[in-house]
Amino acid sequence: MRRMLFEGLTRRPLTEAPPAPDETALAELATRVEDAARRRLGRSLAIREVDAGSCNGCELEIHAINNAIYDLERFGLRFVASPRHADVLLVTGPVTKNMRQALERTYNAAPDPKWVVALGDCAADGGIFSGSYAVVGGVSQVVPVDLHIRGCPPAPADILKGLISLLEPAPEKSRHR
Amino acid sequence: MVVSAEAWRHATGAIAAGRATLLGLWGDTADAPSVHMAIGDDESGDAMVISLLCSDGTFPSVGAVHPPAIRPERAIASLCGLVPLSAPDARPWIDLGFWDVAHPLGARTPAPAAQAGYTFLPVEGEDLHQIPVGPVHAGIIEPGHFRFTAAGETIVRLEQRLGYVHKGIESLMAGAAIEQAARLAARCSGDSTVAYGMAFAHAVEAACNTQAPPRARYLRALMAELERLANHLGDIGAVCNDASFSIIHAHCAVLREHVLRAAADSFGHRLMMDRVIPGGVARDLAHAGAARIGEALAHIRGRLPQLVALYDNTASLQDRTVGTGTVRAELARRFGAPGFVGRASGRNFDARKARPYPPYDALEFTVPVLTEGDVNARVWIRIREIEQSLALVEQITGRLPAGPIAVALAGGTGEGLGFAEGFRGDVLVWVRLDGGKIARCHLRDPSWFQWPLLEAAIEGNIVADFPLCNKSFNCSYAGHDL
Repeated sequence: MRRMLFEGLTRRPLTEAPPAPDETALAELATRVEDAARRRLGRSLAIREVDAGSCNGCELEIHAINNAIYDLERFGLRFVASPRHADVLLVTGPVTKNMRQALERTYNAAPDPKWVVALGDCAADGGIFSGSYAVVGGVSQVVPVDLHIRGCPPAPADILKGLISLLEPAPEKSRHR
Repeated sequence: MVVSAEAWRHATGAIAAGRATLLGLWGDTADAPSVHMAIGDDESGDAMVISLLCSDGTFPSVGAVHPPAIRPERAIASLCGLVPLSAPDARPWIDLGFWDVAHPLGARTPAPAAQAGYTFLPVEGEDLHQIPVGPVHAGIIEPGHFRFTAAGETIVRLEQRLGYVHKGIESLMAGAAIEQAARLAARCSGDSTVAYGMAFAHAVEAACNTQAPPRARYLRALMAELERLANHLGDIGAVCNDASFSIIHAHCAVLREHVLRAAADSFGHRLMMDRVIPGGVARDLAHAGAARIGEALAHIRGRLPQLVALYDNTASLQDRTVGTGTVRAELARRFGAPGFVGRASGRNFDARKARPYPPYDALEFTVPVLTEGDVNARVWIRIREIEQSLALVEQITGRLPAGPIAVALAGGTGEGLGFAEGFRGDVLVWVRLDGGKIARCHLRDPSWFQWPLLEAAIEGNIVADFPLCNKSFNCSYAGHDL
């Protein structure tokens, strides 16, 4: 182990250059999120992931943004175990009827102000599972959504782009106040 | 094959006596109400489906004599409304009381207005306490409910309640075109999208009496091995992480990323979703693909031995994994435990060997088997399988035949049974086609016969070792719930 740790000191880091925030995400956030909330949440966000019915494909790519190559934590973003500690709920899946109540409770357990990010095509509108007796639909049918990150599943780079948009300062007009 | 009630009971008896393995049990009300049971012989690899008509809406319980059938039967009762007679457990399964309909795969009657509460199995004893966990878990994990009963630190019983991510996939498939059903099959369990794609394709091709061209079969196997590599690497790291040994986790995650990037460069999608289709594959290997896969393999070969040595030589880590969460060989055999759960407990079964579908009949590889049955054995099976998969990928890329990558399906009418060995174990798909559309499709995740063993494995272990045991199983919630 000592050798491995030593190599870590001498080798070039595996972490890749950060992507630019996603323009579409910034535009969506500008219309959704209040300036006051943005200021209060600041530049470090605690994220609680909620699988509300996904096929677990999105979860795999969320795990990937934690690896040394994407290294989510360098941006001040980190995953937390409890909604009580969370600023952001990252929700995947078409919301199933069996998970609707659990999602509502998780949302209510997170303190205000909070943002909800719907991750993946299913989370946007139910995707391929729309119309099933067991599916409610997109996340916004159950809790208010501030940002959508599309993809089936979205690639880690796209997830990063979307999430770091949350850290961007509020649009021009409010910044000079 | 439609059988009489007597033959059904005979088959049930053979399974209970251990002369055959239960592979799946599901209901079907699309045509005449009936139940289907897939049974197999581990040694010869033979597998067949027997069907029993349930004209009065009932069938003789299999679970009454063979416990692994209890949950599938509860699902049949909840989803199809067919009642197993003298079944040991009449509680619902998958249906958690939130749907507007009862028996969504059957008569689809409106759900009763007042739902009865769910009763967990009674536990008696002094100073016992219960710990309810989930459905939302403390991590990036799928949802499910675990009810622990503990005496101090020691777990005396775990009872699972699953169904939270049930999306009604089998219902969405009924009446769907084959292409649409294939997209649904690819989204049963995202981590096994290639395995599901293959099992579904095998079933449809069997029903249509079609065979995918040789190049397509090799490309499917290439994708399946990449999927296995990525998942096993992720799992080994995650088990170590749950023992708070994060350096292996960090390195395994990087190796996994190399595999996924090679997959994206080769097939245009990191998880290779929708790449396997009935009739062949949707996409040929990209020009740079073989080289990128070769680089990923070289990374793993260069890095993994060090990580394995570290795993094996770290006493504090071994202390957590050796002897923890043991599954007895007899139980693994009785449940027909798929994948590494079975192979770590002496069950020598791998669908690639036992029911060899091309190209595996022409490839050289061995199936590692251990007998300890603990977390450590399940880690070691994965390590050995990574080594086998590395060699398989090299064989496949070296021998890739030329030719077409797909054939048109003679979309007809018929039944088909298909298997594919995913990283977690064998996925079973049974399909009945009617005029080129899906009349009924059943997809059985390997987790069906692994989840109950987790309940058994955790007994007598401490609560703090549950995450470790759970990760060493890594059962699919999505694949189970559908």
